[in-house]
Amino acid sequence: MSSSPSLNTWSDALSGFTLGGFPLGLVIVAAIPLVFIALYALTYGVYGERKISAFMQDRLGPMEVGPWGILQTLADILKLLQKEDIVPTVADKFLFVIGPLIMFVGSFLAFAVLPFSPAFIGADLNVGLFYAVGIVSLEVVGILASGWGSNNKWALYGAIRSVAQIVSYEIPASIALLCGAMMAGSLSMQHFNVVQSGPYGFLHFFLFKNPIAWLPFIIYFISSLAETNRAPFDIPEAESELVAGFFTEYSGMKFAMFFLAEYGSMFMVSAVLSIVFLGGWASPLPNIGGLALNDMTNGPVWGAFWIITKGFFFIFVQMWLRWTLPRLRVDQLMYLCWKVLTPFAFIAFVLTAIWEIYM
Amino acid sequence: MQELGKAELNTTRIIRQDDNRVVIEKDLDTEYMVLSMGPQHPSTHGVLRLECITDGEVVVEAEPYLGYLHRCFEKYCEKIDYPAIVPYTDRMDYLAGINTELAYCITVEKLLDIEIPRRVEFIRVITAELNRIASHLVAIGTYGIDLGAFTPFLFCFRDREIILSLLEWVSGARMLYHYVWIGGLSYDVPADFKKRVSEFVNYFKPKVVELQKLLTENEIFVKRTKGIGIMPAEVAINYGWSGPMLRGSGVKWDLRRNDPYSIYPELEFDIPVPDGKFSDVGDSLSRHLVRALEMDESLKIIEQCLDKMPEVSGFDPRAVIPKRIRPKAGEVYGRAENPRGEVGFYIVSDGKSTKPLRCKARSSCFVNLSAMKDLSKGQLIPDLVAIIGSIDIVLGEVDR
Repeated sequence: MSSSPSLNTWSDALSGFTLGGFPLGLVIVAAIPLVFIALYALTYGVYGERKISAFMQDRLGPMEVGPWGILQTLADILKLLQKEDIVPTVADKFLFVIGPLIMFVGSFLAFAVLPFSPAFIGADLNVGLFYAVGIVSLEVVGILASGWGSNNKWALYGAIRSVAQIVSYEIPASIALLCGAMMAGSLSMQHFNVVQSGPYGFLHFFLFKNPIAWLPFIIYFISSLAETNRAPFDIPEAESELVAGFFTEYSGMKFAMFFLAEYGSMFMVSAVLSIVFLGGWASPLPNIGGLALNDMTNGPVWGAFWIITKGFFFIFVQMWLRWTLPRLRVDQLMYLCWKVLTPFAFIAFVLTAIWEIYM
Repeated sequence: MQELGKAELNTTRIIRQDDNRVVIEKDLDTEYMVLSMGPQHPSTHGVLRLECITDGEVVVEAEPYLGYLHRCFEKYCEKIDYPAIVPYTDRMDYLAGINTELAYCITVEKLLDIEIPRRVEFIRVITAELNRIASHLVAIGTYGIDLGAFTPFLFCFRDREIILSLLEWVSGARMLYHYVWIGGLSYDVPADFKKRVSEFVNYFKPKVVELQKLLTENEIFVKRTKGIGIMPAEVAINYGWSGPMLRGSGVKWDLRRNDPYSIYPELEFDIPVPDGKFSDVGDSLSRHLVRALEMDESLKIIEQCLDKMPEVSGFDPRAVIPKRIRPKAGEVYGRAENPRGEVGFYIVSDGKSTKPLRCKARSSCFVNLSAMKDLSKGQLIPDLVAIIGSIDIVLGEVDR
């Protein structure tokens, strides 16, 4: 359980909240990350991506709907809701419908162990990190279901490539996260943050405490790009080859589900990266002399601000990479995973273990 | 063990084991899948249909099916006058309109007895080279998009916009110009033309360097294109390849030097041919490099033309165009170096009529695409996309 008495006060309080025997508090705890995904995907996810990519490409992006185009995503969501939901007659109806649902569930379930703040976490498992890494594999089932159920050769291609990619890249990702777990001494997500908080701000972060921590950091960052099918690993959605990969045949709300799942995963891997290596909800500002910046910027609400900011920063880097780099071919992708990232992940693991034991 | 026989395309063997049992052994059964990279596809550069027979991700054979953009150009030529054919040549390779018009006009001028004024020649070359740069920008930008790099496309098109507005200023149209006429031009260039074009040249020179850094020197781009779709030089010549495709295979052949027309003999420029240091000779990266380096050469040509162009007051570009274009009887083949290769027109004239008896258009992209079946054997599907992008086809010219 939690190692500090003041942790999880809000989520514990909410879990105990019942309304006439109905566990309304638990429903609220589950709803908060869902609402967060929806809001963030709407604003920063879609709108931010369009504006950032536009400015990188010397153009303006959405400008018409609302001042500076801020209502654009709302307009798009309303449009998607009204669209005709086409299920091809030759498609396997059950798999076709269930594919996006499973994918979204896999992406959303991982939010249960994300500590949004010292006072709030969906479920403070003592194997939180293990759960987060494992539950993302559920997306693979969803992708296969939609690729096969579409009864479309191109979709099948995309689905198969995606499955190979996700399953392979889980290995260097997990080993890199294991390095972080070794440094923390526990798999509990809240514990990571507690260990990395202190009066010296960012100097407590695992990235700076260990001369070798940059290696698992980079390995996890690259693997997480592959896990979420983002460029340069976006072969499954390779627009120019496979039209849209495994979600070619999807329209309307099901298409929106895929998108939400992708943005949800993006935030989740960014958050995990910042929790394990960059302190999560711990403030990076140090206490300098008389100015107790760290104490001022730590707390339940500040914690939420820090973890969301760090997550958003890495999402910005992910978008930046997407619009700059071409995509890797499938065999080059697999080569990178098995022959480059995995050996280096093992090396990082051994070096981190040596550092932890002897120093 | 004694093999008794084979069956089913050699995948099944019938063997008598040592203990006298007869056993049937089958190889793992894999099926070929017929995949149609159909006419509607984001990266076939137009309405090209490639029917690929694939074994997993490896393409066993890819056969191009053409004709989706066929507009009976050659049949029309038999029905309309020589000058009226010029807008139709525009629409063949719509990204390099001026070059195609130029090819047609110099062919017809071979059968006429007129001398083209020097100023007309210089303006023709300047606009042709500007169009060449615009066409290469599209080729490079779309090649980036095919491989997943979305941003260079927008940078290329931003620069192409400037060229298009220059050409619109001169001819009245952004893309289908009808500017180069038989025996002259339709309009003279405006007064500030020299100044604006040299401004563009100075603006664009660092942009080429930026494009090289963003795309060509990108490690992922090099890995996607190096060693893909290698075409040896002899095979390329046998297929009839020309232009950047042939130069990418190491053959130093450029019609502006080997069969010069217009005022190209007076101009100094290089023919970039990759030597295998950065890319393998004959692969997709070489062809891309040729196009990128050719843009620099075109800038050089434009600068020289701007310096050497004679200023004639009261110049009428239509001065020497005969009232009725009635070429003398005969057959003539004229060709020009288009951004995609050699575009030629074979015109048969009977000397009496103002309409050609027969006008055949030799299309560069059609010939370049004919090697697709050979090039695609044994490639992966993403490599197929990389190869088509490097061939740089425009379906308007392939199908005419």
